[in-house]
Amino acid sequence: MSKSRNLIISTALASTLVAGPALAEKFGLGREALPEEIAAWNVDIAPDGTGLPAGSGDAFTGEEVFAEACAICHGDFAEGRDNWPKLAGGEGTLADKDPLKTVGSYWPYLSTVWDYVNRSMPFGNAQSLTADEVYAITAYILYSNDLVDDDFVLSNENFMDVELPNAEGFIIDDRAETEYPIFNVACMSDCKESVEITMRAAVLDVTPEDEGTEAEEVAQTETEAPAAEEVAAAEPAEEAPAMAALDMELVAAGEKVFKKCKSCHTVGEGAKNKTGPGLNMIVGAPVGAVDGFKYSKPMKAAAEAGQTWTEEELAAFFAAPRKYMKGTKMSFNGLKKEADIAAVIEFLKNNGN
Amino acid sequence: MTDDTKDFAPSRRQFLSGAAAAGAGAVAGTAASAAGPDPLITEKQPWAQELGAGVDETPYGLPIKYESDVVRRNVEWLTADPISSINFTPIHALDGTITPQGCAFERHHSGAIELRKEDYRLMINGLVDKPLIFTYDDLERFPRENHVYFCECAANTGMEWAGAQLNGAQFTHGMVHNMEYTGVTLRTLLEEAGLDTAGDLKDKWVYVEGADASSNGRSIPMEKALDDCLVAFKANGEALRMEHGYPVRLVVPGWEGNMWVKWLRRIEVTDHAVESREETSKYTDTLEDGTSRKWTWAMDAKSVITSPSPQMPIKHGKGPLVITGLAWTGRGAITRVDVSKDGGKTWETARLAKPGEKMALTRFYLDTTWDGEEMLLQSRAMDDTGYVQPTKAQLREVRGENSIYHNNCIQTWWVNKDGEAENVEVS
Repeated sequence: MSKSRNLIISTALASTLVAGPALAEKFGLGREALPEEIAAWNVDIAPDGTGLPAGSGDAFTGEEVFAEACAICHGDFAEGRDNWPKLAGGEGTLADKDPLKTVGSYWPYLSTVWDYVNRSMPFGNAQSLTADEVYAITAYILYSNDLVDDDFVLSNENFMDVELPNAEGFIIDDRAETEYPIFNVACMSDCKESVEITMRAAVLDVTPEDEGTEAEEVAQTETEAPAAEEVAAAEPAEEAPAMAALDMELVAAGEKVFKKCKSCHTVGEGAKNKTGPGLNMIVGAPVGAVDGFKYSKPMKAAAEAGQTWTEEELAAFFAAPRKYMKGTKMSFNGLKKEADIAAVIEFLKNNGN
Repeated sequence: MTDDTKDFAPSRRQFLSGAAAAGAGAVAGTAASAAGPDPLITEKQPWAQELGAGVDETPYGLPIKYESDVVRRNVEWLTADPISSINFTPIHALDGTITPQGCAFERHHSGAIELRKEDYRLMINGLVDKPLIFTYDDLERFPRENHVYFCECAANTGMEWAGAQLNGAQFTHGMVHNMEYTGVTLRTLLEEAGLDTAGDLKDKWVYVEGADASSNGRSIPMEKALDDCLVAFKANGEALRMEHGYPVRLVVPGWEGNMWVKWLRRIEVTDHAVESREETSKYTDTLEDGTSRKWTWAMDAKSVITSPSPQMPIKHGKGPLVITGLAWTGRGAITRVDVSKDGGKTWETARLAKPGEKMALTRFYLDTTWDGEEMLLQSRAMDDTGYVQPTKAQLREVRGENSIYHNNCIQTWWVNKDGEAENVEVS
């Protein structure tokens, strides 16, 4: 980075800096922020390490924490699952046709890793890691990228000793020099001799189907719709005795609790398998039987043993998933409050059960 | 109320699949081609005899059901999960320039959160004379401004770098919306906290951060923060929608949408860029040699024809045709838009609905006559810096194909003799 940002400040903007803030009228609104409040929110980490709390963690420990908190999306070896980000590999690919951008191959600053893991991860349970765990995970990500050994201990003391491979791989926006001087010609006629179609989107065929057609169809058959709704409404009514126990307040409370589950599970209309299985009709269903979901070995074993997700079994599972079933893919720490467990089960019962 | 108006236009899917191609142009409701008396006129229609809906039927009105296909759409394969994803504004079906909030594209990193005004707090800290906390009510007591600005995701058109891919203006160019914002200038709030402590402001930054679980944060140079950024709480006259950061978001005119932090909770004055995840690993633009540009904040001039386009085929056959689209620039105002029907061999200048406004969408029209022949439609925007929207080839020449972000190339729609349009690339 040879250039100073000041070079790209447009002259038009420079004048905004001159109107002295000292002259500004104050409104006396708001109140002074307390030190505790600033400490709670002001946790961003600068590239020079400013803001890092005291602490440490080694790559070996990091692997364990990573397996529990991160691997469900990022893979056991930080290689990424499905469309989730790959965190390791890709070194030397940045000039390739399909570069693999990871912490090891692309990220310029280790501070960004620590900051992001600490503030924004794990997905669906952000800001739940201790400082030592964040150091350990960061160390493990370095290890996954072959940048340190597995006994490497990362701490606030040695943090700045680590330089990421692509630290020098960035330049400041240079469009003003490389593009603006040449993107300024507007030819009006005889601009080229011939025009050929070189590529067509229809060949790839990756555009989502036009749902609008369905909307039109719905509108057209609308006169029949009320009758269909009546039928639909009538069916649950016949099952009413089984549903009578549903406490809708508890269902509503459970819907809120379910936000903790949403990063991996869906429920309700259109529910499908994501990182975890879709959960329609799950209460009372056989264990490990959601169509198309790849279960862990112990979950498969439970399925073969004919186990059922009774409310009691679900409650035990939700309280401490990995204690209940060692080796489950569900990397969730569990619901601590019994009230939350009861609520989320009630919510699940209201969805398809 | 019954619905008797159903049989007029073939469905869009039929158009796209070509099933209704033959003679499609003749079917569409053009009064001039009527063979006999129009029953819509000669017969009494139920809506002309029966009663309509009462005033309180929809306390907050939504578009009529016949417009139910004019909605945001997602491209599922783009991202791992809809909670950390993006969808697209139906720009093909809109006109004018203001985007209704309900169909303005969404982009979340950890989902859209429900944050009550009562629970909202905004902190200003760092190199300020006095760190401050504002409530939502505090913000409404500062002098307010109104401005119309476009917000474009840096990744808009990002799927088209390697070739024509998505077949619709909504999908190629729909990561953009344009709203009238009401809010307090960021400058007002920074001055309330006092900037004397910061000393020379030239090399200072403002780090802004959201209250959601993604804690999205971006570093903005002080001169931009003091120039035109807005801490907004209303859009198009009403409260921001949840998906756009209710109750308060930052507006960074002309600059990439990721910087428009939603659920804005903290503003920190610093002497460095934080180099957060969203300004290092993402929103940086890799060039052909593997080096990457960073701090590419401004959105360059861009335009697209919204109709005709793949989702908006010509249904009326030859004769008068309105070609229309949108143009915008993050570096000033649009001054001119040209349209080509032959893939860029010749160009004619379109009519701007209104003179271009700073960092806002501009609507253009080319009122023309279609001869029923094939067209390769393109539009080309120019702004008041003299910048001319480049072709994809020109962009690739400088950047290669791996930039992901900031693809503002000229778009081509191939319109065939039946009026159907397809996203193509031309030589």
